[in-house]
This record gives sequence, C-alpha cells and structure tokens, in this order.
Amino acid sequence: MKKIASKDSKLLLIFSGAVLLMPLWLAPFGAAYPDLLQKFAIYGIFAIGFNILFGLTGYLSFGHAAFLGVGSYAAVWSFKLFTMNVLPAVLFGVFFAGLLALAIGFVSLRRSGIYFSILTLAFAQMSYNLAYSVLTPITNGETGLQLTLNDPRWLDSLYKVAGEGLPSTELFGLKMSGYPGFYFCAIILIVCFFISLRIFRSPFGLMLRGVKSNQNRMNYTGLNTRPYMLSAFVISGMYAGLAGSLLAVTDPLAGAERMQWTASGEVVLMTILGGVGTLVGPMLGAGLIKYFENIFSSFNSNILHEIFSFLPDGIENVMVKVTGLFVGSGWHLTLGLLFMIVVIFLPGGIVEGAQKVKNLFVSNDQKGSAESSPEKQAVE
Amino acid sequence: MDAIIIQILNGVDKGAAYALIALGLTLVFGTLGIVNFAHGALFMLGAFCAVTFNKIMTLSVKIKDESVTLFDAYKEEPYLKIWFGETGEALIDYAVPLSILFAIPIMILVGYVMERGLIRHFYRRPHADQILVTFGLAIVLQELIKASFGANPIPQAAPAILAGSANVGSWIGLGDTLVYPWWRLIYLGFSGLIIFSVFAFLQFTTYGMVVRAGMRDRETVGLLGINIERRFTIVFALAAVVAGVAGVMYTPILPPDYHMGMDFLVLSFVVVVVGGMGSLGGAVAAGFLLGIVQSFASMNEVKQILPGVDQIIIYLVAVVILLTRPRGLMGRAGVMEE
Repeated sequence: MKKIASKDSKLLLIFSGAVLLMPLWLAPFGAAYPDLLQKFAIYGIFAIGFNILFGLTGYLSFGHAAFLGVGSYAAVWSFKLFTMNVLPAVLFGVFFAGLLALAIGFVSLRRSGIYFSILTLAFAQMSYNLAYSVLTPITNGETGLQLTLNDPRWLDSLYKVAGEGLPSTELFGLKMSGYPGFYFCAIILIVCFFISLRIFRSPFGLMLRGVKSNQNRMNYTGLNTRPYMLSAFVISGMYAGLAGSLLAVTDPLAGAERMQWTASGEVVLMTILGGVGTLVGPMLGAGLIKYFENIFSSFNSNILHEIFSFLPDGIENVMVKVTGLFVGSGWHLTLGLLFMIVVIFLPGGIVEGAQKVKNLFVSNDQKGSAESSPEKQAVE
Repeated sequence: MDAIIIQILNGVDKGAAYALIALGLTLVFGTLGIVNFAHGALFMLGAFCAVTFNKIMTLSVKIKDESVTLFDAYKEEPYLKIWFGETGEALIDYAVPLSILFAIPIMILVGYVMERGLIRHFYRRPHADQILVTFGLAIVLQELIKASFGANPIPQAAPAILAGSANVGSWIGLGDTLVYPWWRLIYLGFSGLIIFSVFAFLQFTTYGMVVRAGMRDRETVGLLGINIERRFTIVFALAAVVAGVAGVMYTPILPPDYHMGMDFLVLSFVVVVVGGMGSLGGAVAAGFLLGIVQSFASMNEVKQILPGVDQIIIYLVAVVILLTRPRGLMGRAGVMEE
C-alpha cells in the first residue's frame, strides 16, 4: 500500500510539473500559446472525467457533450446575471451539469451495453434539439449565448461602475485571458487529476471496476451496483460541466453545437487514443487531438506547396492534392481515420502502445502484462 | 379529416425512410451481431450515387446556340441529347429512378468490401469497439463525400411527369383540397416493395431460410456444414443495397448533403431499439409508427400545447419504451435485453 501511495504522489508531482511547465516544453512544437494550452487543459478535464465513467465501468456514454454544453450555458448566464468573476460561473456550470447528469443517469443506467449508449445519445440529441428550438430564450438558439452591454450583472453593479465596452472574465481582478487563464485551467486540471487518482485507488473505484468485469456477479453477491454507477455518472458529468464552464471562462460564449453528438464522439476518441482506464491516457489523448487539430486545420494549399516544393512540379501538385484532403477543412477525415486505426490496432491506446514498446526492451520474464492485452484476447 | 390524413401520409412517408434504414441495421445486427454506426453513411452513399449518375447523364458539351442570331451565343448541350435526341432527353429526365440500376452494383461492392475488409475483424470484439470503429468509418465516408461533392445540398429533380401532386382526396371521396406530391407516393410504394421483397427473400427462399437459421443459432448451422459467414457477408451487402436504394429514391424529397446519413442514423437506431433489437418486423413497424408519431407532433395544434415536442418526441418514445419494455415492441424475450 505504501509503495502505491509513494508512486502516486510521484505521478501527481510529474503530472503537475508537466502541466504547469507546458508553456516551456511545448514551445519547440509550436504549441506554446495560451489559447491552445487552455484547450489542452480544458479538454484534458473533459476526457479525464469521461474516463471515470467509461474507463472504470465500461459504460460507453454517447451523450457527454450535453453536460459540456450545459456547463457553458450556466457559466455564461452567471456572467450575464451576477458577476464577471469566474468562480461562481464554474460552480454554476458544475452544479447544473451535475443536476442534468443525475436526471439522465437515473434513467439511462437502468439499461446497460448498447442500450445505455443509445439512451445517452437520445438524451443528448434531445437537449441539442431543445437548445436549438424551444429553449431559445435561454440558449439564444443558433446565434449562441453571448455577453451584451445591457446585461444586469447584479453583483458587479453593486460595487463598481460598468466600464466601456464588454467586460472580460476575471478572478478577483485578474483577467482570465492569455496565460492567467491557462494557469487557472491548469490548476483546476491538476486538482481534477488528483481527484480521479483518488477515485481510481479508492474502494469506490474498485467497485466500479468490478462492474466492468462482471456486473452480474457483483449483483449476485447482494450488492446494489446502481448507486455506485449513478455516482460515477454524475461525477463524470460534473467534470464535463466543469470543462464546459471553463470554455466559457476563456471565451464567454456558448452555442448549441457544443452539445452535438459528434462532440460526444470526440471525447470518446480522446479517451481511447490515450488509453481507456489509464490515469494519464485521457490527458495525453486530449492534448494530442487538440494539438493536431490546431496544426492540421491551419494548413492550406500554399503551405503545402512550400512543403513539397523540392519535388518536380507534376508530383508536387499531386502530393498537394492528396495531402490537401487530410488537412485544413479535411481535418475531420484525418480524425475519422485515426479513430479507426486506434480502435483496430491499438484498443488500449497510447499507454498500452508505450507498454508494448517497453516490453520489447525488458527481459522475457516480465512480459506478463503484454500477453493479456484485449487485442490478443479478441483474436483467440 | 383532411389534416389528419395528410399527417398520416407525411408520417408514413418519413417512416418509410426510417423503416428501410432500420431494416438494414436489424439485418446486420441479427446476422453478424454487429452494431453498425456506418449504416447511415450507406444511405448517404446511395443518395450520392444518384447525384453522380445524374452528373454522368448530363455530361455536356458547349455548342453554338442557333436561336440567337445577333451575336455568337453558346449553350450547354448534354451528349445524350445530341446522340439520341428526344430519347436522350427522356433518359435524363428519369435520371433518379434509373440511378437505382447504377447504385445497386456499387452498394453491393461497398457492402462486400466493408464487411470483408473491416467488420469481419470485429465479430468477437465488444459492442463498444464495434460502435467506435463504425463511427470512425462513418466520419471518413462522410468527409470523403464532402471533399468530392462540397458541403451544400445538391437538389435532384424527380421525373417531370411526377413533379406535380396527386389528388388523393378525390380518390377516397374527400374533396379536392387533399393533395399529395406524386413522388412521395411513389416513394411509399417503392419502400413497400423493397420491404416486401426482403421479407419474401428471407421467408420463401432456401437461402433466406439458412440465413434465418443462422440468426437463431449460428453455431449449429455452421456444424451442419454450411458456410454461414459467407452468407452473412451477402446479407451485409443486401443491407447496404437496401440503405443505398432508399437513399437514391429519397433524393428528390430531401436534397442530399454529406451529413444526411448521420441525421438519419441516430433516429434509425432509436427505431431499431423501439422495434426490438434483431426483430425485422419490429424495425419496420416501429419505423412507420415513429414516423407517424413525429408527423402528428409537428402539427401546429400540438405544438401550441406542448412547444418543442416535435423535436424530441421520437427520443421520448424511445426512452419510455426502453424503460418499460426493454426488449422493444416486437423483440423476442431474452435477446439483448440487458
């Protein structure tokens, strides 16, 4: 036990260091600017939360984007009604997402397997459709919810005069754009990581793993698994709401497209790419996907022509045409391919891949872990 | 009375599309045990077969316009018209129905390649993996179509003779106010025909009998010396064809764009679940039922009482069904109830 504890604190230390120093060590990759770093941290939180549900219990939710959206809306409303301070916004986001997760989870968790996936998908689509149509007074429909000049902001108006133009989000006077915004998200990310670490090591986490490996057997022992499942679902919904509210903190607007089911698919991909059920995997996956999204979608045909300029003209044009499919607006094509490749060849994600590579270099008698990988079991 | 009949027609029409897609989904699930999230993309591919065929038919050449004498004017003239005159024009007019002939071999090929190349490796993997890999495939197909046809819907015209509306009211003695577009009626009949032929194929042919036996107990059928996997591949191709031709025929109703498959897929899954996973009759019945329910929910009178109900009614029905009757309307007891 003691060994695990010290290992965990080491892991947490390394993780915190890596996150806080991101502006330094990501600089050579061209990713060290605040907007992108904020995204890394926010989607990291989203994926870590999703992993608590999917990784531990094996329940694949296709509706987590709904919680992200609700978190965003709640945060923007807090900016509009109360104050530009980010703390209440974040709390509201988490609270309302948790509430929604409680309601959806209560119903969806009565079923498992693919029915659970379809139920969550149905609920998320319902929320999305409602946000676009009837709930327009709350969500502002297609335009998206934005700050306006005549928002009341009751708390703010009590003790200070409204300045010119739209106010920006702040934490007790510290403006939440650029690096301060990133560090705010990063600290929350580290806290979230710590909580997920504690959940993974707790008896509660063990219970959830039990559900994943055999829920029937858990029930036969006389244990009612539903409260545990519901807690896991609500926790992961709250993580999503937190991520949504942080999106609103760094950029105070919210749109219904955040709730679309393709957005739910994205977080699934992040988790899988990194490694389902691992601690750092989801963070890795989220970072990689957001990084490549940023790099790939910035490419255009001019840059491609420059890259392939060393080739003869004819070949250059062909190369530009072929690669042009995958970059720029074609980024989603790359994402889809990546999705398939990861699921087909590396169901355990990057973390498993790294372990396999590591096993190549260590002596044979330590190879046990690689033998029981899910891929090999599937082949048998 | 008129309004109700119109709503029922609308609903049956939409329901026909759901039913056709759900039928394919159920076939694939019942035979291969695969949850295919790329099935909507097959519907979309079918629709784009029609678009491609139309493009081929109307390949044009620029020729001098003789009717303008003041200056040199040019107009686009399709080759078919130049070569065959009026017959050519008629061919172009009937591009959408004709493209079914074009779509069938393509969809068979797509289905076959998809099953042999990808799906086969996922028989024994968990459902979550199947969902994910087919979801990825759907994104890829959708983006490929977007890259080659653009993001805007491409309207397709029904044959001119079917462009107007049928006077349904006078057929059943209800006055002339009740009219309904011809093409939608054709679509309805066509869907009925497809559904009927799929059922007839499964019910009355030896091949279909073996497939049904395989759906019940794949192992025993295998032990009897029948190569059941091979037959299931054919079934997958058949499901792809059903989705494809449904897409072709739907193009004059809804101009196809690259994400139409996804839109229909989510609903079709709901349809399958409501009908009962693995029950073909259930899929068809639930498709029509949900189509009608949806079209009634979008009546103005209903919307006034319950605003927004048209947007969520299908999901709502699905939630209620899943919670009260887990196996779906017509599902067999014990099949995928968990």
